[in-house]
Parts: sequence; structure tokens; C-alpha cells
Amino acid sequence: MRVEELKYRFSRFFTLLHFYSFTLIIMDFLKYTKLYFLISGVLALISFWSLISNGLKLGVDFTGGGVFEYKLSEEVDGEFISEKLESRGINVSGVQKIGENYLIKTPPLTEGEKAGVEEVLTSLSQDPVKIRVETVGPSVGPELTKKTMHAATLAAVGILFFIAIQFKSLKFGSAAIVAMLHDTFLLVGAFSLLGVFFDAEVDFLFVTAVLTTLSFSVHDTIVVFDRIRELVKKTGKGAVSVANQAISETMVRSLNNSFTIIFMLFALILLGGESIKWFAVALFVGVVLGTYSSPFIAVPTLVLLIKSKTKQ
Amino acid sequence: MRISARFKVFLIFVSTLIASYIALPKNFNFLNLGYLNNLELKLGLDLAGGAHLVFEADTSSVSPEDKKEALESAKDIISSRVNLFGVSEPNVQTSSFEGKDRIIVELPGVNNTKDAVEIIGKTAKLEFRQFNNIADASVGATMENTKPTGLTGADFAKAQAAFDQQTGNPVISFTIKKGESAKKFSEVTGALIGDPLAIFVDEVAISWPVVSATISDSGIISGNFSIEGARSFAKILNAGALPIDLKLIEERTVGASLGADSIKKSIYAGIIGLFMVVIFMILSYRGPGFIAVFALFVFATFSLALYKLIPIVLTLPGVAGFLLSVGMAVDANILIFERLKEERNRRHIKDALELSFGKAWDAIRDANMATLLTAAILANPLDFSFLHTSGPVRGFAVTLSLGIVVSMFTGIVVSRNLLRVFVREGRRA
Repeated sequence: MRVEELKYRFSRFFTLLHFYSFTLIIMDFLKYTKLYFLISGVLALISFWSLISNGLKLGVDFTGGGVFEYKLSEEVDGEFISEKLESRGINVSGVQKIGENYLIKTPPLTEGEKAGVEEVLTSLSQDPVKIRVETVGPSVGPELTKKTMHAATLAAVGILFFIAIQFKSLKFGSAAIVAMLHDTFLLVGAFSLLGVFFDAEVDFLFVTAVLTTLSFSVHDTIVVFDRIRELVKKTGKGAVSVANQAISETMVRSLNNSFTIIFMLFALILLGGESIKWFAVALFVGVVLGTYSSPFIAVPTLVLLIKSKTKQ
Repeated sequence: MRISARFKVFLIFVSTLIASYIALPKNFNFLNLGYLNNLELKLGLDLAGGAHLVFEADTSSVSPEDKKEALESAKDIISSRVNLFGVSEPNVQTSSFEGKDRIIVELPGVNNTKDAVEIIGKTAKLEFRQFNNIADASVGATMENTKPTGLTGADFAKAQAAFDQQTGNPVISFTIKKGESAKKFSEVTGALIGDPLAIFVDEVAISWPVVSATISDSGIISGNFSIEGARSFAKILNAGALPIDLKLIEERTVGASLGADSIKKSIYAGIIGLFMVVIFMILSYRGPGFIAVFALFVFATFSLALYKLIPIVLTLPGVAGFLLSVGMAVDANILIFERLKEERNRRHIKDALELSFGKAWDAIRDANMATLLTAAILANPLDFSFLHTSGPVRGFAVTLSLGIVVSMFTGIVVSRNLLRVFVREGRRA
């Protein structure tokens, strides 16, 4: 092979060869607006129902209490552990065996009771290994809830104004916020169900995941809105008439981006270990919802907002 | 002077080399770059193992004006006590929320929290005792051969480290409270002139100096102190007079084995996840996909190097934040490539490229700004008390914010210049 040919092959490889057959098909996504709202409405109803009837399975971060995880070299009966603890006047809400580890959960403890639990656990076998201990006072949960509310409100208001300024329209901001609330609510609802079926607990990390979903949802929505803004500028048409084109043009990017994030989260769910599993699941659900809501909730809402204004 | 894209690419390569050298673990260092060699990733308690303790301070007995000072000195005292306990790099901070004051103590590597809590929570007891038999002074003071004089740390108004006027040795100078305390002090010391007075802290004799004069307002305690020793001792003495009760309300202890396990698992997850992203990008975008992969590599090394340089304490949620920001980093590339696909059909490749950068930038900027806004609220860099002030939320937000900033750099500067250099107009077959 001559050098010329090598050069040619090399340049062809980097020539975006893959892009040649590209033609954009503009699909009428907005035709099915009712369907999207119906799907989301049903999901929201299920979430709402589950939150009312099951609530969320709250972890110690919210309820207060103790979690003691010890690795014991000898097989010990769970019943035996609870009896031993209860004979000392310590309430036990659950004993769980995970591999060689024993997980003891209790309601809030006094310092003396806490020392008692550790004493009992270390007396059960030779060379016990402390894996983790978490004790949370009852005052921590309400504080966490309040601070989360503050953070979420601040973020929502901040984003609303940021988008309103960048896109010079409060409608864009409102539509993004609608999609964001949609994602957040469904995520919380999903965890209510996951709590029932898979014992998923809501903790500090879940709070982080919810707030991240909030930002991811907006991240994705802005990309579509940005395209609408650009098409409006280019074609001189209104936002409503370019909405379908904007969704079509950003669809591949949106899916591809979500895929890459989903790959990372999928690896975390499967390999990241128990302590981070539900956090990764929460982010995963959030990313899927965020990707769905941008074209199918945010844009239709924006279109409706603009239309309702022009009718009046 | 305009710097050519080729030269910029060269600069990118060089800085990536430097960054990856910093990012490499310490024992991989084959070059001697001095300072850069000794940087290590700082691991949080959930990865390195250790105890996170939150105390609630009962400040009801302190007047509102003195509350802040009382908390700050309590914080100092706890720090010095923890230091005495032999913990490396402890972290003590105060926080308050709706009138409740907290002291947060982080003790890396500490597993036995019972002892730690005792040491932190106790109030040092200072006591002045006199010998039952003066002759014992030559053997030293113990609790057995001495008896109480009735003088305690509660009689102190203030203690601080100082230097002896004559010997130049570090000593602790103290002032005595006026009124009852001053009266007691002058009575006891007046009776003991010429005799030794033993000073005990927590039932351990510190020194037994000979009383040279009647003390009624101030004096010094000499002993075999180092300057640090004198300082922390003075703090402990002040604590004795500090009417602040601490109650443990939260404890999170992670054993070293769980931490090591978490590190191993997140590295596996990270590698597998990255691998899938790499395959996906190359399959979707071919040639430019490689550029995205290289940009991703630059992103990872820069991030790791920055974690070491700033330094950032890496926690398990922090790792998740980093992995999530990988997604954001790839997104910038995807946005550019998808644009390129469209523009490619309409114009010459070089023009299409420049146009794509410009258009993609608007979306990248606005989208990342919104994410950065949320991350900033979570990270709470200004320590607003109504937002999250500690714990996993912040660890996550910090790496996510840094990830967004670095990804904007790699997405725009790195990918753009690489594309300029490597993408050419191909001959159509």
C-alpha cells in the first residue's frame, strides 16, 4: 500500500463517513400530546395513590434510630440477638443477616443503650468486626426535610428565573418547571412503590438524587428549548410551529446522552455495592424521567401555554 | 498572535500528560517532580473509615451574646482534646439551624467511638490539692498522698499560655474570679506559703509548684510544658469553666473494611461504565467518537488531578457525582457531533464544524449553568444555615460542580481543537 493510499484511508476514517446518509425526518410529535399527558397523568395517579396508602419507607436519617452492622465469625441466630438485646431493655426493630454480616436496627437510643448494643454484639463471637454504626437522633429528620424543601424551592425559583431570562419568556421557565415537578413527583412515587416491593429506603442520598433529577430534567429541557429559540430566530416562525422540528432534531442527542449516563448508572447499580445501590437507582429513574419529560411534557406544555395566551 | 489549532492540540496533550501524572497513585511515580509527587487523594470517612459525630450543644445557660464565643471555644477545646486522643487530621466544625447549635466532629480512622465520645464530652476537672505530708513532695503528688483544698477550675476566670519571665519556659497564666473565688484562693495560698501546692487535671498530677506568695488575682502554673502543650492545656482549663453541655445526636461510623470495599466496587463500576460509554461513542460516531473518548480521558485525568490539587475530600456520593458528570462531559461532544451531522449536509466540512461549535455552545452553556445552579445550592459554599451544611449531599454536589466546569472545558476547548486538526474533507467514493 502506498503512502498516498494510507493517507486517504486515514482521512476517510475521520471524515464523518457515518454521517453521509443523514436526513432528518420531522415527526409530528405534538399530535399525541393528549397521550403523553394521559401516560403521565396515570403515572402521577399511581404515585399519588401509593404515597397516600403506603407512604415512603423512611430510613434512620428521617426517623431517627440506630443501625449496627457487624461481621461475626460465628453463625448466630437472629432471634437470639434480639432476645439478648431485649433482656437489657433495648428495643429492636429488626435483625437481618447479609452474608457474614449482621444488621441490627433499633429505634432511637440513649448513649447507654447504644453502648449496650455494641457490647452485646461484640460478645457474640470472637473477633467481631465493626462494619458500620449509624445512630441518628429524632431531631435530625425534620431538619433534613426542611433543608431539602429550602434547597428544592431555591433551585426551582432560580431555574425559573434563569430560563425566563435566557429565553426572554416566563413561559419557557414555567414549562421547564412543570416538567421538573413532574419528574420529581414521579421519582418520589416510584420510591414509594420500590419501598413496598423491594424495601428501598429513603435516606440522605435519596434527597440528593431528587435534587439532581431536578437539575438533570432542566438540563435536558434546555437543550430542546435552545433549539426552539434558534429555529424561531432562523425561520421567523412562532415557537409552536417549530416545536416539532426542534423535538425531532434533538431526539437523537437526547437519547444518546441519556444512554451514556444510563450506562454509568447501570454499572453503579450492579457493581457499586449495597450502600450506593438505591442512590444509583434513584438517579437512574430520574434520568429516564428527565429524558422523557423534555420533549413530551416540557414542549407540549410550552405550546399549550403559548396557545392559551393567543386565544384570549 | 493567533495560536494555531495544532499548537493548541499540542498544549492539550502536554497538559493531559501532566494531569495524568498527578492523577496517578503515589507509588506509580517514576519521575521526581517534588511537590506533585506527594499529592494524595483525600478520602472521606465513608471510604477511609472513621467516625462522624454530631453533638447538640445546650447553650441555654449562656447569654445570647456569649453564645457564639462559647461555641467557638467549645470547638477549639474539642479539637485539642481530639488531638490529644491521637487522631490524624480531625475536622471539627460548628453549625446551627433554627436556634439549635451543633458541633460536628469527624475522626478519620476512629472505630471505637465510645472512648472518643467520652473524651470529647467530658469537662476537664482542674483541682488544687495539698500534700497530706510535705515530705511526699519529693516523690511526687498522687491522689492518695494529697487532700483537696477546695480550689478548682471553676474558680478560674481565664487561663492562657504564656512564658515564664525568668526561665522562658512555657507556662499557663491564669486569672481568678473576683469575690468568693479570690477570697478562697488567698486563704489557701496564704496558708501554704513555702509549701508545695499540687495541680491535678482529671486526677492526674500536672505539677506541684511551691507557693511563693498569696495569690488572690492571678498566677501561673509551671510544669514541663511544650508551647503546644501549654496552649491546649489552657484551652482545657477554660473548658472547665465553660457551661456548655454536649449531647450526641448523630453518629455514623464506617469500618475500614467497608470503606475499602466501597472503593473497590466504585472503581469497578467506574471502569465498566466508562468502557460501555467508550464503546457506545465509537459505535455511534466512528472517527469523531475517538475524539470524544480522548476528551473523556482528558476530563477524567483533569478531574482527578484537581481533586488532588484543591484538594477535594472524596466521598462515596462524591464518586457518584463524578460518574454522573462523565455523562455531562460526553453530552457536550454529542451536542457538537449531532450538529455536525446536520450542518455537514449543507456546507463544507470546515465551515460546518465552526458553525456546529457556535450553535452547540448556546445549549451547552445554558444547560450546564442550570445544573451548576442546583449543584451550587446543594454544595452551599457560603454555609447558609437553612441549606444542607454537611454530609453526603455536599460531597456529591462538589464533585458534580467541578465535573460540570471541567466538562465545559473539555467539551469546548479539547474536542473543538482536536476536531479542527483531525477532521478533514473526505473524497466521496
